[in-house]
Amino acid sequence: MARLVAVAAGGPAGLAAYGVIVTEPRYLRSLVSTVVLAAVVTALTLVIATIAGVFLQRNRFPGRSVLVAMLTFPLAFPGVVVGFMVIMLAGRQGLIGDLTRLVTGERLVFAYSMAGLLTGYLYFSIPRVILTVMAAAEKLDPRLEEAARSLGASSWQVVRDVIVPGLRPAFLSAGAICFATAMGAFGTAFTLATEIEVLPMTIYTEFTLRANIVVAAALSIILGGITWLALALARTAAGSSVAASA
Amino acid sequence: MSVAIKLVSCAKTFADGTRAVGPLDLEIPPGETIVFLGPSGCGKTTTLRLIAGLESPNPGGRVLFDEADVTEISIERRNVGMVFQSYALFPNMTVGGNVEYGLRVRKLPAAARAARVEEMLGMMKIGELRHRRVDQLSGGQKQRVALARALAPQPRVLLLDEPLTALDAKLRDALRVEIDALLRRLRMTAVYVTHDQAEAMALGDRIVVMSQGQVAQVGRPRDIYFAPQSRFVAEFVGTMNRLHGVVRNGHLEVMGGRVPWRGRGGGEVEVLFRPERAAIVEAGAGQVKGRVATSFFLGDRTRLLVEGVSSGTLVVETTDRRDWEPGQDVHLVIDPDALLTLDR
Repeated sequence: MARLVAVAAGGPAGLAAYGVIVTEPRYLRSLVSTVVLAAVVTALTLVIATIAGVFLQRNRFPGRSVLVAMLTFPLAFPGVVVGFMVIMLAGRQGLIGDLTRLVTGERLVFAYSMAGLLTGYLYFSIPRVILTVMAAAEKLDPRLEEAARSLGASSWQVVRDVIVPGLRPAFLSAGAICFATAMGAFGTAFTLATEIEVLPMTIYTEFTLRANIVVAAALSIILGGITWLALALARTAAGSSVAASA
Repeated sequence: MSVAIKLVSCAKTFADGTRAVGPLDLEIPPGETIVFLGPSGCGKTTTLRLIAGLESPNPGGRVLFDEADVTEISIERRNVGMVFQSYALFPNMTVGGNVEYGLRVRKLPAAARAARVEEMLGMMKIGELRHRRVDQLSGGQKQRVALARALAPQPRVLLLDEPLTALDAKLRDALRVEIDALLRRLRMTAVYVTHDQAEAMALGDRIVVMSQGQVAQVGRPRDIYFAPQSRFVAEFVGTMNRLHGVVRNGHLEVMGGRVPWRGRGGGEVEVLFRPERAAIVEAGAGQVKGRVATSFFLGDRTRLLVEGVSSGTLVVETTDRRDWEPGQDVHLVIDPDALLTLDR
């Protein structure tokens, strides 16, 4: 870590290496799109995982346990495989392309855009969050919902006033880890990001292809800093332990 | 304000096929406090939840509030107040926020809400707790908040599911007295579920004793206690002694002696009587004789377990100050009018 900081500051421009990140549009764009992507992925993941997780926790139906087991599949795949799967789904030869060509006559290809990245990131983020949400949903006191309903609360008021506050600690911890993972994801981005560049990709390019070690180091510090900040904020907000090792 | 509640052939079978409540019919007049009493699993809580609207009865069953069929109306529109054993206070709100909640979801203006919250907190004597978080409260305080919250929206009926079970004995007695006074003052129809017969006796205008999803007996506390209609009711409410013996020449002859017999029938019988209907007397004056098996000194009285009178042990209580030792002889007189013959 310290060496990384030293390398970044020890370049010909000194601390100004950090300034380059803001002034050079390519780096800034990469930084902003990574943060936006991670934030959007986190938000969407929380929404989807909460709905699915609470549903899976509350309902018993045939095949439920198989479904829950299958949901944990993505945890086993490296990012490259996830990216590969998105290409199979939404790439130039992909399933969605074939289907849309049959229906509309035009191939829908989004694997290499922001939408494709989003799909891949969601795929590996949802399982992590869904398991946390399910565990938290199990601990919710059903009497609280019944009390709210007896007081006249509608379904969505129960969600807003009882379920969401009850799941808040889970949202904070799972959300922070989801954000951190999305910030640092490399394999998926490496496979898919031909049109947009995310920070880990930029670092890779600067470091290996351009040998611009100073900027690569500065970008790495920034990446780590943002991620650490997100985890720290979540931990403060939750007031309890959130794993800082993501 | 208060409503009459009527259950018409309400049965409840759960998804797994277990029949929790029998088909049962029950009428609760407006303003009455009715207590569902029974061992765990007897269906009392399920019946309460049927009234609340948290469960719906099997097809054919109906729940009526003042002749209006509310069977299809969900709990959020039934306007019932509920109090749970686990308090179920919203942890993300303050005491005031909890009490205000039912008024907020009804979209009452802020001034009216504040006034009502003030009134409720005052009524439950918890005004100074208004800004506290609920995890900073004691059990008794939590249940007061729960009562204030349930009553704030002026519900048509108050439903209490073992509200005192989680509290320690002293607090339970104090809060029971308070709940009783509150219900009398509000004249609100209230349904109270408990497995504690002392609580049921103290609070209920009427008691519904339940067993295995069925109503075993409905009646005023004294009817339930003095004239139980079945062995189950007799033995569940209060303590009952069993005497096993043979009726011969106008007496019931048991192992330890004989008691005058005023009942009908003859031959071999088993009768029941309450401990307080037997008195300990001097040797020679007793009808039956037994031996002290164990004695429990309770302060105001001593409880003796007596063996040798009948096949089992009898419970007898005395307020005398004698020091009872195991093995000591006891002479008893049993009031012949106290003997209950119950066939079922």
